[in-house]
Amino acid sequence: MNEPAVVLDGVSVTYGRHEALRNVTAELPTGAIGLLGPNGAGKSTLIKALLGLLPPSSGRMRVLGYDVRESPLAIRARVGYMPESDAHMRGMTAVSFVAYCGELAGLPSSNAMQRAHEVLFYVGLGEARYRNVETYSTGMKQRIKLAQALVHDPDLLFLDEPTNGMDPKGRDEMLALVRDIATMKAITLILSSHLLPDVEFACDHVLVLNRGAVAAQGPIATLKGTSGRVFELRVKGGNASFLDAIRAEGLGCDGETTGVLRVYVPEQRPTQALFQIAAQHGVQVRHLRASVPSLEDVFARALGEPLDAARGKEV
Amino acid sequence: MPIHDQGYRHYAGDRALHGRGWWVIARHGMVAPLRERRFLALLLFAWSPFAVHAVQLYLGATLVRSAFFVATEETFHTFLSQQRLFVFFITIYVGAGLIASDRQSNALQVYLSKPITRHDYIGGKLLTLAMFLAAVTWIPAMLLLLLQILFSGSLDFVLDHPRLVPAITLAATLQVVLAAVTMLALSSLSRSRRFAAMLYAGLVIFAGLLDTVLEGVTRNTAWMLISPQNTLLFIIRAIFDGPPDNVALLGSAVAALVALLIACVLILERRVRAVDVVA
Repeated sequence: MNEPAVVLDGVSVTYGRHEALRNVTAELPTGAIGLLGPNGAGKSTLIKALLGLLPPSSGRMRVLGYDVRESPLAIRARVGYMPESDAHMRGMTAVSFVAYCGELAGLPSSNAMQRAHEVLFYVGLGEARYRNVETYSTGMKQRIKLAQALVHDPDLLFLDEPTNGMDPKGRDEMLALVRDIATMKAITLILSSHLLPDVEFACDHVLVLNRGAVAAQGPIATLKGTSGRVFELRVKGGNASFLDAIRAEGLGCDGETTGVLRVYVPEQRPTQALFQIAAQHGVQVRHLRASVPSLEDVFARALGEPLDAARGKEV
Repeated sequence: MPIHDQGYRHYAGDRALHGRGWWVIARHGMVAPLRERRFLALLLFAWSPFAVHAVQLYLGATLVRSAFFVATEETFHTFLSQQRLFVFFITIYVGAGLIASDRQSNALQVYLSKPITRHDYIGGKLLTLAMFLAAVTWIPAMLLLLLQILFSGSLDFVLDHPRLVPAITLAATLQVVLAAVTMLALSSLSRSRRFAAMLYAGLVIFAGLLDTVLEGVTRNTAWMLISPQNTLLFIIRAIFDGPPDNVALLGSAVAALVALLIACVLILERRVRAVDVVA
């Protein structure tokens, strides 16, 4: 089995008195890993800690086999980082900016320039590579950030909200790039995103953080396919008592405000249990359909929040 | 095959060992201003005193045996003092945006996500400014000395003034280091290069004026310690002329500059971070 790309062992990071990460322990394999969590969950903090930019108050971290505390430069030489906020260098064209980043990462000047051209074509900025980065649109700035992270051909990419501010077409193209990087180029990536569909599309493994702690982790397919089934349910009458009863019986339930309930039935329980509870509470079942578990279900369960709250939240 | 597949290949070429990031930053920082005509004009103008002094040395060594034209240690002291004006303008032109612009465009997190340390970053930025400042202080001063040797046709002048080369080097180094470190620290305090420039200009001009006024009113030369520029001039004079009568004041002047440099280093240490931690 491959060595994990990232190993976190009891990692805590504090800002003054605020504990941004609390005793985080996880192993992230190679491939495409999604980093999920509500605002303030500690996603960006985790990425910065893995880059060696934020020292942990306790715990150990290993990235690509290197200890972060002991070898931050060796890690950064093999890692690419696409920050969340706009980040460029003033007065530079795209190609000179990316080449400069390549040189900073240790590439010889001529190789860095050649790589800059290649990478800019790869991210779709080939025609605009001689333009000043400050004249770029938001979507182009996202691409240039990806290009500077890729120029030195890293083994591991940290992408912090790579589709922020992009229009739907640009977002699709960026996600296609991200997926291509992970699958065709064999570069491990850790994708932090507030959009669950983005993570579901591009990643095959997920780490869910909540209030600085690990809420769930594992392959998305495994997490989605966990014990039990999911049903979409529409009922009439006695809604509140019915929901209480469902939960009291150990069945999960979300989506009260949308009108369509998503009910999780554990594997050992028969589907008929739903009808029995409905009958006991005088509720008519108008619609029942088996559903496919989504990452939203996983996320909602991991955070212990209703699904509609998870959907509406910037995670 | 999608089109973008044609644009990306894995890199199999050389990679430098860590530790040369400061040079990449400095080299890039030096090339960028040289592409600007205004800066080239400023550099050219900064060399005009050199041309005047070169003519003076030529006349003194070959044609006119007047005391006014003959080179002395004071000639080089005067030259370095005159260059203060250009040190001021070049410091503002090149230095104000060195860190402020990076902070404005969030470039610090790009820099520090590469295999370079904060010290590499600061060192590279410092070297950028220091090289330009040396180009208008130490280099023309040493060239003047070389011209003096060539015009006079012997090494007698240098042999007669053995302290001159170290004095020029020390005085120019102090000028360069003080200006570069102070400007870099002020640049790190802001996201606006204009604001950083105003801070530096304020520090130089306002402190100088305040010193002049207070010295005039109180007749106490110790007020110069509030002006880094006047303190530096006092030290440079001591470098060329020897220790002044008031040795204690010289000690205080050196201590004041050292304190300023330490304060600047502490500011840089605190402000140059990829992550702004607001506790």
